[in-house]
Amino acid sequence: MIDRKWLGHVSAPAELALDRARLRFFAEAIGETDPVYTDVEAARAAGYADLPAPPTFLFAAEMDSGATMRTLADLEIPLAKVLHGEQGFTYHRPACAGDVITVISKIVDIYDKKGGALEFVVKQSEARNQHGELVAALRSTLVCRH
Amino acid sequence: MNPIDTVQPGQELPPLTLAPVDRTTLFLFGGASGDHNPIHIDLDFARKAGMPDVFAHGMLGMAWMGRLLTRWAPQARLRRFSARFQGITHLGNAITVRGRVAEIVEVEGERCARIEVTNTNQFGQVKIVGDALVALG
Repeated sequence: MIDRKWLGHVSAPAELALDRARLRFFAEAIGETDPVYTDVEAARAAGYADLPAPPTFLFAAEMDSGATMRTLADLEIPLAKVLHGEQGFTYHRPACAGDVITVISKIVDIYDKKGGALEFVVKQSEARNQHGELVAALRSTLVCRH
Repeated sequence: MNPIDTVQPGQELPPLTLAPVDRTTLFLFGGASGDHNPIHIDLDFARKAGMPDVFAHGMLGMAWMGRLLTRWAPQARLRRFSARFQGITHLGNAITVRGRVAEIVEVEGERCARIEVTNTNQFGQVKIVGDALVALG
């Protein structure tokens, strides 16, 4: 059982500096061919300051920083037992190469189903840029299968 | 005229068909997304975890959904995007991403299309169900 004492726990800030090389690598990995995501001129012509982060990219912030792994370790969820249940994003402004994004998360729910065979952890996060502006809100549900 | 100017409920977005999932794709996505969970790249680890083989990251499937959406409307119009990971996307699964305008709704004073998105493999199994809100301006 996941200790309910973690409910309300707030993670250490995860910082992710967006750079063109990483965004191009991400575009390649997902097969994105729209030049807006790889060509700075195309991005600028589309109204972005620089290459924009694709819609799901900011999930990387807490992966890179180790915050997600730290949460799993804290909650004593083995890596081999975790699945991603749900993921949500609410967008407020673009994040582009050159921006430094900081993500802070809070555990907002822990519950179980099937008599404890499946446990769920819901994490709500805010991603802000270097000006402190809200870029996106994220909501993640992790599933631990026993 | 941009197709999103004449959007109607029931309208389908042009589908996106992906090549079958292979190990190279999972390896690259692990690096690019920062998700280094070995269950997606290391067969030995996956087997120890009770899985027959490595399998795709949920967020890879969601990123493909994002491609469908941003190909249909500029990303700056995307207000919300969520996904429920229903089934595991296995190696060899060839995913087709489909989107359909479920309804036109007003959200926070903006006219928006609510799009239902699905990732389905070649056997008709639905792997991910998504929901997105796109501002129509």
